[in-house]
Amino acid sequence: MAKIVVTPGMFSGVEAKVNWKTPIVTGAFSLLIIFAFGLFGKSGDVTFQISRTKDAWFVPNVIVSSAGFSLTLGLLMLAISGVSVWLTFKNSKTPVWLVLIYGLLGAVALLAWLAAGGVVPTAFILGQAIALAVPIILGALGGVMSERVGVVNIAIEGQLLTGAFMASVVGSLTHNLWIGLLVAMLTAALLSMALASLAVKYLVDQIIIGVLINALVIGITNFLYSEWLAGSGDTANFPGTFPIVKIPFLSEIPVIGPALFETRATVYLTFVLVPMVWFLLFRTKLGLRARSVGEHPMAADTVGINVARTRFWWVTSGGAIAGLGGAALTIGNVGAFGREMSGGLGFIALAVVILGRWQPFYVAASALLFGFAIILRIWANQVSPGIPTDFITMIPYLVTLVAVAGFAGKVRAPAASGQPYIKG
Amino acid sequence: MKLELRGITKRFGALVANENINITVEAGEIRSLLGENGAGKSTLMNVLYGLYQADEGQILLDGKVQNFKGPGDAMAAGIGMVHQHFMLIPVFTVAENVVLGNEPTNKIGALNLDEARKRVREISDRFGFNVDPDALVADLPVGVQQRVEIIKALSRNAQVLVLDEPTAVLTPQETDELMQIMRELAKNGTSIIFITHKLREVQAVADRITVIRLGKVVGEAKPTDSAETLATMMVGREVDLQVDKDAHKDGAVVLSVDSISVLDDRQQRAVDNVSFEVRAGEVLAIAGVQGNGQTELAEALLGLRPTTKGSGSIKLGDVNLIGHTVRRRLEEGIGYIPEDRKKDGLVAQFSIAENFMLNGSYSEPFAKGLNIDFAKRSEVSAKLIEDFDIRTPSAETLVGNLSGGNQQKVVVARELRRDVKLLIAAQPTRGVDVGSIEFIHERIIAERDDGRAIVLISTELDEVTALADRIAVMYRGRIVGVVDSSATREQLGKLMAGITE
Amino acid sequence: MSNPISKEVTETKSESLLREIMSGTPLRIALSAVLAFMVGAIFMAAFNQDVVDSYATFGSDPMYTLQTAWDTIVNGYTSLITGSIFNPNGGDAVSMFRPITETLRLGAPLILAGLGISLGFRVGLFNVGGTGQILMSLLGVTWVSTRLSMPFGIHLIVALLVGVALAAAWGGLVGLLKARTGAHEVIVTIMLNYVALYLYTWFLRQPNLLLEHGGGGTPKSDPPAVTAQLPGILGPSFNLHIGILIAFAAVVVYWWLMERSTIGFRFKMVGSNFHAAKAAGINIERTYIWALAVSAAFVGLAGVNQGLGQSGGLTASINGNIGFDAITVALLGGSRARGVLIAGLLFGAFKAGGPSMQLVGVSPEILGVVQALLVLFVAAPPLVRAIFRLPKKEVK
Repeated sequence: MAKIVVTPGMFSGVEAKVNWKTPIVTGAFSLLIIFAFGLFGKSGDVTFQISRTKDAWFVPNVIVSSAGFSLTLGLLMLAISGVSVWLTFKNSKTPVWLVLIYGLLGAVALLAWLAAGGVVPTAFILGQAIALAVPIILGALGGVMSERVGVVNIAIEGQLLTGAFMASVVGSLTHNLWIGLLVAMLTAALLSMALASLAVKYLVDQIIIGVLINALVIGITNFLYSEWLAGSGDTANFPGTFPIVKIPFLSEIPVIGPALFETRATVYLTFVLVPMVWFLLFRTKLGLRARSVGEHPMAADTVGINVARTRFWWVTSGGAIAGLGGAALTIGNVGAFGREMSGGLGFIALAVVILGRWQPFYVAASALLFGFAIILRIWANQVSPGIPTDFITMIPYLVTLVAVAGFAGKVRAPAASGQPYIKG
Repeated sequence: MKLELRGITKRFGALVANENINITVEAGEIRSLLGENGAGKSTLMNVLYGLYQADEGQILLDGKVQNFKGPGDAMAAGIGMVHQHFMLIPVFTVAENVVLGNEPTNKIGALNLDEARKRVREISDRFGFNVDPDALVADLPVGVQQRVEIIKALSRNAQVLVLDEPTAVLTPQETDELMQIMRELAKNGTSIIFITHKLREVQAVADRITVIRLGKVVGEAKPTDSAETLATMMVGREVDLQVDKDAHKDGAVVLSVDSISVLDDRQQRAVDNVSFEVRAGEVLAIAGVQGNGQTELAEALLGLRPTTKGSGSIKLGDVNLIGHTVRRRLEEGIGYIPEDRKKDGLVAQFSIAENFMLNGSYSEPFAKGLNIDFAKRSEVSAKLIEDFDIRTPSAETLVGNLSGGNQQKVVVARELRRDVKLLIAAQPTRGVDVGSIEFIHERIIAERDDGRAIVLISTELDEVTALADRIAVMYRGRIVGVVDSSATREQLGKLMAGITE
Repeated sequence: MSNPISKEVTETKSESLLREIMSGTPLRIALSAVLAFMVGAIFMAAFNQDVVDSYATFGSDPMYTLQTAWDTIVNGYTSLITGSIFNPNGGDAVSMFRPITETLRLGAPLILAGLGISLGFRVGLFNVGGTGQILMSLLGVTWVSTRLSMPFGIHLIVALLVGVALAAAWGGLVGLLKARTGAHEVIVTIMLNYVALYLYTWFLRQPNLLLEHGGGGTPKSDPPAVTAQLPGILGPSFNLHIGILIAFAAVVVYWWLMERSTIGFRFKMVGSNFHAAKAAGINIERTYIWALAVSAAFVGLAGVNQGLGQSGGLTASINGNIGFDAITVALLGGSRARGVLIAGLLFGAFKAGGPSMQLVGVSPEILGVVQALLVLFVAAPPLVRAIFRLPKKEVK
């Protein structure tokens, strides 16, 4: 209802000129780390666990002073802010990769501060962050595919939940996880078709449809869970999980090995899908057409591209990928479906789409930020009780807010996002 | 390729956008379609390009009847179009834009951008366009963007090229370059349809001219015909407008505008250092072909659009309005009849009574404290409906359900109810039936006789000469001349074409 | 290059959609309800354990399966009514009339938050931030009701005001961000939901802030002081408290604001055609800020109702997903005062009737499906029209 006033780049600021937000914000954070974690940081050493003892290449643990190390990292971050200041003076933008490095340094400093006097299980944290990020990445990839053709997808949450449910149930009933995975993807794709046809053909407001699809999926899965799964959990909701597959050789690399190459099929699929979607979007004919539809549907129409059909199929395939993300929650992680188990990951994915600027690689990196925040919350409680973990968890949301409000200087949605195209 | 349009008619509901249009364009000819905005030129071209389907009539290419279901068919048949609003994706490169919809790919389905670049360079070199295939379109000046559009059409072997208002966004130099390109293309056998409302350009480049008005062909002309002839053909109006009015009495200066400039949405100077004065009891008409800065001027007077830094002043009485909000300006005594009543003047989902209080919700008689004074509102509404002869079952009827003429009367009634010092009336009778036109004209004159200052912005010459006491003609953002109401159509036509002797 | 042509069309289309939902014909709403309850019935029957068991004999005795299915549906919906309106088998008067009072009690927060979301819709803003605004309201309410001591009555009023003020500020912040940076309110409100959640949880963890006395790891506060709790209105036999009266009052205020006052008039003007509003001298940015603040204030009242309408300790989960349910309330109620009242009571009845459905062996979660479908059908007129082959309403 709500006449959503559709403007180009509705989910972002206007394309801003180079501004001083990046250097100011990064500078401020650098100083925060230098003082809070460095100069006034905790005493004691921190041990970064690099290799496991059985690894082929053994790298000894790195033991550093928490405060000193944080100080060093803080100074490095300050240096990056300096570069950003210089770039802004030259009226050019701070590149994303530099911001990513900055974020990484900040995360390591946070680890060093949290674990003062203790051990940082580096590979464990990275691995867990990735595992937690996988549903977010896949949900967000679905969101990217949808928004790139100009359809705002608020229903990622519902797609994840659908995928999680179907994977678990079908996986249990057929005793075949791959069939479960496939059905999860197909069902979520069907759900996307509903979104696409209502939004594209019937021109119902995309945001309203998304919210209602979420409500519907939550309703149906809750009902089926309590009426059916809760009673027959052993037959209908006990699929097991994909086995952990070690990739020989690669899994022996310190830190990265156990985190990246000793994991489940759903994670490996994610590693494949991120570059694949990127390639599809930015290097192929289909991708070029899809993006043109999302940027300027009328221009696409004038060169003979069928706008409605393009939107329909991209949104649908995006749904399939989000469904895979849902499956990763059940058969790729805990091994059973739980009530409302997506628990807001779909909304995080929505944020990640924006934070990652509608670009699969950046999207994956942004999802990792959330995954990292979630695992830190869990881990920090163990290693260093009394830490305000709520604030750590809050960080990614705040970063997204700042980004949406124009911090990144240029966060630009596909211009026709959210905008129905009416011909003639 | 020879193009024939035979008896093309296109309707949108009750509106007839094109009526029985016949045009023939020979191979290698530059045919100009001349007409005001809204005359139906763009609709006609969208029919030709397959974006719209004609209700009646045929399109023939080299004598063969065509049946276009979409732009793809039209392109395949050899028709290329450069749209008024460019159909380019700003975030794509030139090469990507040129090949979009017709992409070269390699074996695994990846884009072959080298091939795309080659296509761009080839055409660019052939016509000396000097376009970098790897530049982002968003970074290019509009003139170059237009060349990209032309390359896009030519790379699909267009033999009939339609240019829809191509110079609207160009600087004079870019315009000259475009004309050079058009001549070059025509020499190579491409047929060109050049749509415009700018007389100078038509005279400079066209081989033949077809004038369109209100969806119909009103005649053909030659580029050697005088600008005045063309202007009068273009803006003439069949209704005979006559308003009885007395000679105006000179009052005090109400509005004095001192050298203001205003930017349009593209950040280009739409109003360029304009100054004028309007006195009480006087109608100053701002005439000119549409798109010469009148819209922006009106918006700047009301405060919807800022004046540029370094602008002088807009004084209403003694108050300099620059920097004041729209609300303050309304309260100072400006009445505003916007050019596009549906967008800026009315809320279609609101009732007539509610529309009467759009800009009166802060004060009597519509507000009593924070409450809407429904009793007074009904009273006022009933009176306005009667006074302004608004044909409606009741004041609670939604404005969206009224006819254009009655909608406009709602706007006029609302603005004239308030005791304004200055009335800005932009295209007050556009899309309005004859009866309502007469009524609105009489009301405007009555307001003038009541001692108000009136700024009438109109592209209708007849309306201008019927109502105005003085006429200022705008051309390319400047006032090129101020004449009194006895000026002939020929004099006005010259000024509108930018000819100042 | 922007594309003015399709944008114009878009606006008029969404305007007509708005009008269509607002003026949702009674016939269409009735058909939507029939459809939603029918789909609910199918789910109910298909997954009921007795029905599933009868599949084994379906070949020999299909009537038995159908009979079981029918009974399930009838039992389910009957118990929904006896659990939410009137229970003829209750024995004493208290048991017989308790259901309707529960509907009122559970409907109150939905009405309150629904009014807030509706206000946003009328201004053309989609406030998905109900959850966050309720949590911020709870933050204020918890602090005043557990950490301050005041006399009866005053305590409640102060808690209410602080809660509403915090919620309004949280909403106004969204308006500010939208007005200043153009950030879309949907994303901003979703992010602020999470920020509010973790902020509230953090406060609840701090012993010197909101953590219950003698509390440990779980973020939970003391119960609100008796002086601050919403007093019951039908005596100790019923749980009904004055929250429902606050909701009724809010409906009247909303009605006055949107239908009778000049403020609401300007809100609607901006929501319907902001170009015209601008030309009429309305400050669009300021309107966005105020509209979202007022919208959040209504939602904040739902938070007050949640926090002070019970006597247990407060946790973040007490927001009870009302922020999202309120969207469905607003959509179903067509953003009108009366519609929101009815929709809120309907969904309140769904909540009240749940336990008695459980008793007859039907999962009340089915009502979530019915609720979502009902609103989906109402909000997507083309869908219902396609299903029932209704003619398209003429919109000029």
